Amino acid sequence: MDLTFSAEDEAFRQEVRGWISGAMPPEMRAKAAANHHFSMPEIMQWHKILYAKGWVAPHWPKEYGGAGFTATQQFIFAEELERAGAPGLSPFGLVMVGPLIQRFGTDAQKARFLPKILSGEEVWCQGYSEPNAGSDLASLTTKAEDQGDHFLVNGSKTWTTYAQYADWIFCLVRTSHEGKKQAGISFLLIDMKSEGVEVKPMLTLGGTPAFCDTFFTNVKVPKDNLLGPLHGGWNLAKALLGHERTLVGSVGIVERGLRVARRIAAAQVGPDGRPLAQDPLFRAKLARLEMRLRAHRMANYRAVAVQAKGHHPGPESSILKLVGSVLTQKADELAMELMGHDQLSWLNDAGAVPEFERWVPSQYCYDRATTIYAGSNEIQKNIIAKLILGLPKQ
Amino acid sequence: MDFDLNEEQRMLAKTVADFCKQDSTVERFRKLRDADGDGWERRVWQQMGELGWLGVPFPERVGGFGGAFVDAALILEQFGRTLVPEPYLSCLVLGGYALLLGGSEEQQRRFLAPMVEGRSAVALGWAERRSRFDPSRVETSATRRGDGWHLEGEKIFVLDGHAADEVVVSARTDQGVGLFVVPGDAVDRQLLRLLDGRRGAHLRLDLDVGDDRRLSVQDGAEVLRRVLDYGAAATVAEGVGVAQSMLSRTVDYLGEREQFGVKIGSFQALQHRAVDMFVEVELLRSINMESIVRADEEGIERERAISAAKLQLADGGLQVARQAIQLHGGIGVTDEHDIGLFFKRMHVLATVGGDEAHHVARYAKRMD
Repeated sequence: MDLTFSAEDEAFRQEVRGWISGAMPPEMRAKAAANHHFSMPEIMQWHKILYAKGWVAPHWPKEYGGAGFTATQQFIFAEELERAGAPGLSPFGLVMVGPLIQRFGTDAQKARFLPKILSGEEVWCQGYSEPNAGSDLASLTTKAEDQGDHFLVNGSKTWTTYAQYADWIFCLVRTSHEGKKQAGISFLLIDMKSEGVEVKPMLTLGGTPAFCDTFFTNVKVPKDNLLGPLHGGWNLAKALLGHERTLVGSVGIVERGLRVARRIAAAQVGPDGRPLAQDPLFRAKLARLEMRLRAHRMANYRAVAVQAKGHHPGPESSILKLVGSVLTQKADELAMELMGHDQLSWLNDAGAVPEFERWVPSQYCYDRATTIYAGSNEIQKNIIAKLILGLPKQ
Repeated sequence: MDFDLNEEQRMLAKTVADFCKQDSTVERFRKLRDADGDGWERRVWQQMGELGWLGVPFPERVGGFGGAFVDAALILEQFGRTLVPEPYLSCLVLGGYALLLGGSEEQQRRFLAPMVEGRSAVALGWAERRSRFDPSRVETSATRRGDGWHLEGEKIFVLDGHAADEVVVSARTDQGVGLFVVPGDAVDRQLLRLLDGRRGAHLRLDLDVGDDRRLSVQDGAEVLRRVLDYGAAATVAEGVGVAQSMLSRTVDYLGEREQFGVKIGSFQALQHRAVDMFVEVELLRSINMESIVRADEEGIERERAISAAKLQLADGGLQVARQAIQLHGGIGVTDEHDIGLFFKRMHVLATVGGDEAHHVARYAKRMD
């Protein structure tokens, strides 16, 4: 057992850290330092900076324009991005549909889509959930009818995050009613500019326009845009859930939350006139969270080490989503508590509360989503109960 | 970064696991618990010495193998799975590291080497009525008398102190905290039954010892802090085995027990409790790795890692233990069923070497 990073990996960390601090534009750095929310245009601005450096897709193989990082380097890279507070990139192209196109796409599909995902020229969103198909995703009813040379798509998708900025959407659609409901689902790539596609953004609890409903009325989709086999979409979706799970286990997000909390604790004055950072009760609360994070970080390292040896992470890595999502919320909750009266503020103009507190209430509210998205924690528990613990069918 | 064991460590873990399965089942623990006697067997302790298990972390000059604490931790994890009662945590780790870090080479050869061979067991008495978990709060006194020392005071809850051949005790001299090795049968011992069915003793000290029984180290409190860190890391390592055993026993039970005409493991409410256990076990396993690797390090990261591991044991590990009882239902609350034995051991492990509040407070002091 050796829990240290190699000298090469540590050198890589220093290189990445140095590059990030130089590459972030000053206004972005200022926002990151004040823990502000990044808008989608800002996120895409950062995407293009990373693209120019060749680091936008650390997990993609080199042949598709990826950075060719090792598993360990990818983890370090992600940690350093989080540490710097850099905007989190939109995962829908880079993390979700991109790897699926690499694995299941035709040569033509790869050539058509991958370069523009990489460059950020085309933005993607995800069309999975429907008003009546949430945790029971396989009951989805948005249908794609075979019209000879194209599919005709009708239905609606919800939680299509940032669809208003998207050029493309990847969708699970029903192409058959025969057999098990999972067996009649296909995976379609749909141009958002197609006639009959309508997007209605809605505000999240965080006050940001991240969510959307997306409606499809007689939308014609070329047959070439079917990814993977007809009726074979469920397997693609399952492969994708793996990516999503690792994504939300992120240690850096919790670390950043704790950093925010510590900063608030240093600035807020406690009942005895000293900073809350010196108050034993709050120090203990901060300590507990940091200690829990430490265990979570080691669990992540274990998953990384398995991947670094070229193995797929075991199903055990599914705890990372459960733990990471809860810790993210706990860090938000503590930051709010530390803020005292300031936690009553809602996205006010400068001066109402310290700048680094401004977005905390919004983040706290939005992060209730962490235990819901990417397969709610209850669904994750069902999966672990069945696949890992081998408990009897419900 | 590599979390895998090397070939030798894998072999060691497998040999110990086989021993636990064949020669030291929970049934053995229960029999020894219920019988008069020490609660463990000299014969087995000696066998462990012959197998080299008592020497893995210690240097060759005392008959050890010059390994690291990790190797001892691997053994403890396996012991946790079937509640092996021999005094590995109480004597080999606590007593052993006190001798290793506090004694001269001569003293190590005299007191530690026999334990490495399994011919002796050396316990550690540091806690007092008013010390709580701080080893520098020592009221037992050591005063010069002739060429030697007169020790006077009380040491409480000395794990396996009832049967130990020697006990390392702390006592305040005019120069700080000193460590002394006292013969077990030379002190007044009050036999104690412990929560988990093992035994220990309160020691009443009122005796003279020679200067050769004073460990050579100057700052005994500092040594004790390090020794207790080894002890804390050891409780976590053993706790991994205890927690894993509780999880698999509980999952088995959920797959066997029927109510309402179905296996109770098919109920979602129970499945989610079982998954909660699994999550805590995996976190415990993860932080244990950092804790046992850092146990040999100097500095603040060792303390942070071990305290974080102790929190995961006291919080997560005890959650596992409590859920296991809940999921077993009424039978889990009987002494007849084994699951309760693990529950009690987990509680002891969570407390020895500092409880949850102690380690959270310690970590908080060492936070940036």
